[in-house]
Amino acid sequence: MKPLDENGMAARLAQDIPDGAYVNLGIGLPNRVAHFVPEGREVMYHTENGLLGVGPMPQAEQEDPELINASKKLITMVPGASLFDHTLSFAMMRGNHLSIAVLGAYQVAENGDLANWATLEQNFPPAVGGAMDLVAGVPQIYALMRHNSRDGTPKVLKRCTYPLTGAGVLTRVYTDLCVLEVTPEGFKLIDLAEGNSLEEVQAVTEARILT
Amino acid sequence: MIDKRVSDLATAVAPIFDGAVIMIGGFGTSGIPFGLLAALLDHGTRDLTIIANNAGTGEDALALLLRENRVSKVICSYPRSPGSVWFEKRYEEGLIELEVVPQGTLAERIRAAGSGIGGFFTPTAYGTLLAEGKETRVIDGVGYVFEKPLPADFALIRAEQADRWGNLRYHATARNFNPVMATAAKHTIAEVRILAEEPLEPEAVITPGIFVNSVVEYGVRP
Repeated sequence: MKPLDENGMAARLAQDIPDGAYVNLGIGLPNRVAHFVPEGREVMYHTENGLLGVGPMPQAEQEDPELINASKKLITMVPGASLFDHTLSFAMMRGNHLSIAVLGAYQVAENGDLANWATLEQNFPPAVGGAMDLVAGVPQIYALMRHNSRDGTPKVLKRCTYPLTGAGVLTRVYTDLCVLEVTPEGFKLIDLAEGNSLEEVQAVTEARILT
Repeated sequence: MIDKRVSDLATAVAPIFDGAVIMIGGFGTSGIPFGLLAALLDHGTRDLTIIANNAGTGEDALALLLRENRVSKVICSYPRSPGSVWFEKRYEEGLIELEVVPQGTLAERIRAAGSGIGGFFTPTAYGTLLAEGKETRVIDGVGYVFEKPLPADFALIRAEQADRWGNLRYHATARNFNPVMATAAKHTIAEVRILAEEPLEPEAVITPGIFVNSVVEYGVRP
């Protein structure tokens, strides 16, 4: 198996973001997608904490401790950016104004269910952030995640076992092994990471991958 | 004459009492009123309910309130983050009640409280654990959850600049929850980096001074 590294996963997803899109990037790996806008496209990245127009990480002399993304990392602003408060930021999400949201996931399922906020562990405090608001109002929900957890536990499932962030909300899943579209029949293969075969990927996937 | 300036942080937090419900602005480390929180720690009040997006990291002033067992309940969207050690410890010990609220619902419940709205139906969390026990309704084919307003006794917020009328403007992504929290508390205290001698340009005011009870200068930018 030849899994993509994190930059490879972020770059692969960025290729599918069309020119002119307004895209929310969630905490963690999704935030990295902002570094890989393909040449010739203009994309406005939204961060829930009040900025439309997230730019790349700052050079040392550009650093502003009060200019951060949802992962609390320092960022910059692109030309045409705008700043706003939380009520307006979440109006953009729930009110159907964004085109795509990219979220991390604990588990995804072939019926489009997404679980990314709570596990079944006792004493592990749940933390939902803006994920439920995004899946409620953004038409395209892309999960960006490792195909399996580090110990090999499957994350691309027939049904989620963790509490759901949203039922039937996913449209695509981007992993280090493949890209899947969520269809009424289940997961349909869009493409494989270079150097991997469908048989290999199916062998480590609980859900059926349709072609 | 209207003059909302107070001379120091201790004076600003003096009205806060045991058992108070307190909103704290900020997201991550941006826009958090660290000066007011440090003064609140010194003030010594206990049994506080904290409404905030996060629950402190490392040994920052919000984390110290948890460490010193001043907080009995946290209403929060994302309490767990790298370094939120004191929250996690007190939570595991069962010393803190946690109410997890989706971030947009948190903002909108605060907005409702500040604007005289008795609640609202939101699609957020419909069909999930966070909607359990709540009224739901299907409107034009979409499922919604009824959410109630979330008011507070105090709001501690952070802004970039104020004038003596309590008008505020913000810097970069340090705005976040601060403007909406200013509207929803009985008593709003603003820590500002710059307390201007001149009135702010009216077009630049984000939080009108009517929502602010006191402003205090704290020049440190975290």
